[in-house]
Amino acid sequence: MMTPPVALAVSPASAGTITLDNGLTVIVQEMHAAPLVSVWCWYKVGSKDEQPGMTGVSHWVEHMNFKGTTNIPRDQMKGIVEQFGGTWNGYTWIDQTTYLETAKRDALDRMLFLESERMANGIYDPDECESERTVVISELQGGDNDPEQVLDTEVTAAAFKAHPYRHPTIGWLPDLQTMSRDDLYGHYRRYYIPNNATLVVVGDVETRDVLRRIDRHFGSIPAGPEPVRVRAKEPEQAGERRVNLEREGTAAYLKVAYHAPAAADPEFLPLLLLDAVLTGAKGVNLWASFRNPPQRSSRLYRALVDSRLASSVHGSLLPTEQPFLYTIGVTASDGVPLGVIEEATLHELDVVARRGITAAELTKVRRQLRARVVFEADSVTNIAHQLGYFQTIGAPEVYGELVPRIERVTLEQVAAAAARVLAGRNRTIGTFEPVAAPSEPVMLSMMRAGA
Amino acid sequence: MSAVVEGLVPTRVVLDNGTTVLAHGSALHPAVTLLVALEAGSAYDPVGRDGVGHFVSRVIDRGTATRTADALSHALEFRGVSFSVGVGRHTFTLSCTCLTEDLVEILEIVAEVLAEPIFSPHEVETRRGEIITGIRQDDDNPATMAGEHLQALLYPPGHPYGRFSRGTVASVEGIRRADLTAFHSAWFAPGRQTVVVVGDIAAGAAIDAVDRAFGGWRHPDGPILVPQAPPPPVRRHVSVLDLPGKPQADIAYGFLSVRRNDPDYLPLVVMNNVLGQYGLGGRLGDSIRERQGMAYYAYSGIDANLASGTLVVRAGVTPENVARAIASIDAEVARIVEEGITPQELADTKQYLVGSIPRMLETNIEIASFLQTAEFFGLGLDYDRRLPALIEAVTLDQVQTATRRVLDVQRATIVVAGSGAAARL
Repeated sequence: MMTPPVALAVSPASAGTITLDNGLTVIVQEMHAAPLVSVWCWYKVGSKDEQPGMTGVSHWVEHMNFKGTTNIPRDQMKGIVEQFGGTWNGYTWIDQTTYLETAKRDALDRMLFLESERMANGIYDPDECESERTVVISELQGGDNDPEQVLDTEVTAAAFKAHPYRHPTIGWLPDLQTMSRDDLYGHYRRYYIPNNATLVVVGDVETRDVLRRIDRHFGSIPAGPEPVRVRAKEPEQAGERRVNLEREGTAAYLKVAYHAPAAADPEFLPLLLLDAVLTGAKGVNLWASFRNPPQRSSRLYRALVDSRLASSVHGSLLPTEQPFLYTIGVTASDGVPLGVIEEATLHELDVVARRGITAAELTKVRRQLRARVVFEADSVTNIAHQLGYFQTIGAPEVYGELVPRIERVTLEQVAAAAARVLAGRNRTIGTFEPVAAPSEPVMLSMMRAGA
Repeated sequence: MSAVVEGLVPTRVVLDNGTTVLAHGSALHPAVTLLVALEAGSAYDPVGRDGVGHFVSRVIDRGTATRTADALSHALEFRGVSFSVGVGRHTFTLSCTCLTEDLVEILEIVAEVLAEPIFSPHEVETRRGEIITGIRQDDDNPATMAGEHLQALLYPPGHPYGRFSRGTVASVEGIRRADLTAFHSAWFAPGRQTVVVVGDIAAGAAIDAVDRAFGGWRHPDGPILVPQAPPPPVRRHVSVLDLPGKPQADIAYGFLSVRRNDPDYLPLVVMNNVLGQYGLGGRLGDSIRERQGMAYYAYSGIDANLASGTLVVRAGVTPENVARAIASIDAEVARIVEEGITPQELADTKQYLVGSIPRMLETNIEIASFLQTAEFFGLGLDYDRRLPALIEAVTLDQVQTATRRVLDVQRATIVVAGSGAAARL
């Protein structure tokens, strides 16, 4: 027997949200289509909460939280879920740190135990902290192998003067080389408290049973002092900024970034629709597999890719707690100067800033986004992610009412968002020019013998 | 109880024109996923024309006999359809996800795209430029370079699994429109395709819809390619690709594995889970990442196909650490060959692999891919239900025998891509 369709009921309206006495926010949603359960534990701490000299500490702390607790030895942290065929992971970004497990439903109690241990009983063995320093630096260096990522880091840093969204989540290398075990542990203790967390359980479970188990594992963890929140606000940008990189490479890239509204801002959804018109509808799930947008009929794809100036274009507007960036990235076709691409890109952006979008475009992107929202809700893991993500960035109602809110966005609202956000003084332009790149890599030594 | 608890219940039908249809209803949400796999992968590239199959995949949906490229993209994008085309060694795949209400119209479009693409000269030239830029980007990516060059070294010259699927800049520059139409005419035929429909639609209705869309397509089938068994490398190779300016070097360290239908396949999956998967990269991750702090990633992966696939260890480290990382891989490979895996590791791995089956079959696209794989390798429609017992039956002796057949540090092929000639090894 099949269970009834649930996708369009996948909203916080049908998910129950409660708060325990110690301040832990709990969201439970039953879904009985598969014998699985997904548990996500979210903390309101990300790279924006880091002080100068301590950049990257949130992400490094995330790594340490897989390295053993008082009651779970390091080498059992993963096996505890894998015994049930489960998958596990974690990620850190600018606003949030989160941990997840998805496994057979009979693993629920083990998963809740694991998350309660992670919240309260991390060990932070000094040798383990030291060993993880080089792992994190290796992760940073792997990212720096990618010219687009290097350009993104530099453009973001140039776009912000005052707000801590300016530094990358992985941190700056000198900070990673100098932070101490006590820095890590202090950060962990300040932010890993129930009144700074949201626990999400979605799957083939019974709500009352879930709540009983949560109370048993988390109920006795004491609340902590309310963490200090970021006070910095980015002042209005006074004029266009530029970053020009020249490095070894084989392709040229352009990135254009505009300061953009936060998720809860009424201008966020008009801008999301504008991005869909410019580069295709991506939806709003950072974690989903459906990230490749339908974009062939979008304005920038036609102007840049169909015209053969560029081999790809993508836009990015992600829901964030505070105002972040709307970015457009372009890969130049082999041999096309970046100046030509920049001119064509800015021309299209200028046209839409002056004239807005058409009624036919609005109809199309509303439909696209509606389909994306359905596709993104294709697993207990994805649904649990969305519920926790929007709760953590302070905009649960945006997700809960996403489809009706998208339907209500007007042409005038999109035009107003385009005119305000896409202004020349609000943008930072970055270029990556490849230099001294060998056209074919050199194979240096072949068939060297010996083990 | 859900369908997944009891196992998948696909319906299989072969249409009059030879098309195999697999349909499985799943009412998780009001969407349907369509997966079409044709025996027209890059292994069918003509000799000296590497990248033709991939090139076809980039142009095939850019105009048909009755719809222009613009009309196609409008029809798909107005409905928000998620649409992607890809090429494997043996199969060309087209997958898309649409709202249930749009399925009939989308099936018609998909059938047209596969049967009647026009390969307009304008589109061919535009997509050629994109492909070449993509290849140049890959030339700058140490992970891609190490992996592709390892693949090329593991197979003898000319073997279809050793070629660059996307071609090289030179081969792509030499591909003409006639090469694309000839490839399409030779290998795109209803008897070579499997159409899988998974989602919020009853199997009978899905099969009828596929029949209406594809039933009229007639085209001769052509032969099915079964590649020669590649001879395993007889000695150790180490190659270094110099990529200046890269802070991290990438290591690809590998062997030939076995055919998918070889009895040693599942024992090797078990061994690979212990060597480079369980926890955070198995024994390799424990040594290189957890104990030595050398790398963000260190793991192994196994692939098997109609002919032998590969078993490859990957790790990314600073150039100065390349030699130490290779020595650590050697040590773990030698240890698993020498000592095998422990009874506890065998039990943990079985529990993990069996337990993960429901999770691997949660989404429509996961179910569709699983059914297509089962069809391609002839594993049977009940493979998801038989698989737990097959995994449980694997013994320590089988694991050891299979491991010794595939792994041998003296015959490892190693490619390092990084700067400073990867710190001279």
